[in-house]
Amino acid sequence: MHHIDVSSVLRQTLACDLYSNLVTRPTGAAVRGQIETMLGESPERAFAVIDFSQVSMIDFSCADEVIAKLLMRYAADDSPQEAYFLFRGVSEFHRDAIESVLERHGLALAIEEADGVSLLGVLSELERHVWAAAYRLGPATAAEIARTIDASDTETETTLDALDRRRLVMRVSGRYVAVGSPRG
Amino acid sequence: MTTVITVPPSLDDHSFEQVLEQVAPLPADAKILVDARHARWSSPYGLTALLTLAQTRTERPALAVPDHAETASYWARAAFFHHAESLFDLHGSYPKRRDLPDSNSLLDITPITKSEDVHNVVGRVQERAQAIIKNELKLESKAIMGFAMTLSEVCQNIIEHAGQGGWVAVQSYRWTKRLGRRVVVIAVTDAGLGFRKSLESSPGHLPSTRWDDAAALEEAVIRGVSRFRDRGRGQGLAGTRNYVGRWNGKLSVRSGTARIGIVPAWDDDVPLAEGLPHFPGAQVQVIIPEAVAGGADR
Repeated sequence: MHHIDVSSVLRQTLACDLYSNLVTRPTGAAVRGQIETMLGESPERAFAVIDFSQVSMIDFSCADEVIAKLLMRYAADDSPQEAYFLFRGVSEFHRDAIESVLERHGLALAIEEADGVSLLGVLSELERHVWAAAYRLGPATAAEIARTIDASDTETETTLDALDRRRLVMRVSGRYVAVGSPRG
Repeated sequence: MTTVITVPPSLDDHSFEQVLEQVAPLPADAKILVDARHARWSSPYGLTALLTLAQTRTERPALAVPDHAETASYWARAAFFHHAESLFDLHGSYPKRRDLPDSNSLLDITPITKSEDVHNVVGRVQERAQAIIKNELKLESKAIMGFAMTLSEVCQNIIEHAGQGGWVAVQSYRWTKRLGRRVVVIAVTDAGLGFRKSLESSPGHLPSTRWDDAAALEEAVIRGVSRFRDRGRGQGLAGTRNYVGRWNGKLSVRSGTARIGIVPAWDDDVPLAEGLPHFPGAQVQVIIPEAVAGGADR
């Protein structure tokens, strides 16, 4: 597992200790480039905690470059590798920009907060429901998850596959595991 | 022959139009003297726009500095003369910035030419803005980060679209004349491409039957269209618009011959002004007012 402290990446990118603000597109593109390089050092499947704890603020342009483009790249059919992300340390000072870019691109991400992990962004009710069940259960089959939410196996499996493509659940030995699940 | 351009005593985004009405009919190489002797007050927009005006001239203009010592001192502390020295032939005496106490502005007039400038500006403003937005404007803490984001986005607009550098200034003051409350004002101006030309440079641009500066501003400011095809582009101004709406502020963007505004109930400006005197580039102003107890004007 990678722990990526975004403020450290930012300081390396700017070669300057003065700023902890993620602003401007060029900065965002450079930070994303660094994150991709770090992920590339992993074997095929990578799991990264993207930590915003030490980032003061992020603007829309930078959120688009760092977060939206990162998620889109690794959810694409031609993704360089299988990578999953858990976002940590996202405060009210980051949320507006992040939610705005997620909405713009129809994306979603898993966010770790004091009371557990939840999803932020654009998801259907069913996707949220299925993901929450997978999160509670830990590694489980589609049928096991379907039983806990009183849904059909087929519908649940289709939804889990869609969440897998969006890198919000991963498949491990035929079972589904929600990103950030404590039982994962 | 030198044409004298009279600066009104109170210089803001509206009265600056009087300056442009005098300059717009003149060729870019006409010799002009910008007469600011009778100026008594200027908003950040007025000062940055004067610098921008000089950048539109191919013949170096002259500027007669304000007669009033307090005004000249204020303009000096805001770094106006510091930058104006390289753009105008200055006539009259004015204090040197180094001889004056620091200005109380959030951000003195600062050039924006590259991304690092935006980092610098946001970093410098953040701490002071925090105190002013919370204690003087009495807004929630969420407004502080939104303010820094807005500042960042409007500055980036210069780098991404102007094709040349521009200016930014941020000031907090009591706006007695129009509002009777404290405000924080961001002014960002450039003499670059402007919105119409920027959007025209997009590979997919198809001009509509009505295509002019006003239409370009509507596309960019209201519909979030950018010259870049990337779907993620155009969010900066959209975010700025949302921020201004949320805190009952005002956004105005002028480019070419038009000005578009997100106008709150406390202001009587028109949402779209067309047929203005031509001024190259883009000039953006964001005003965030002090909250009213109970949100009476929201």
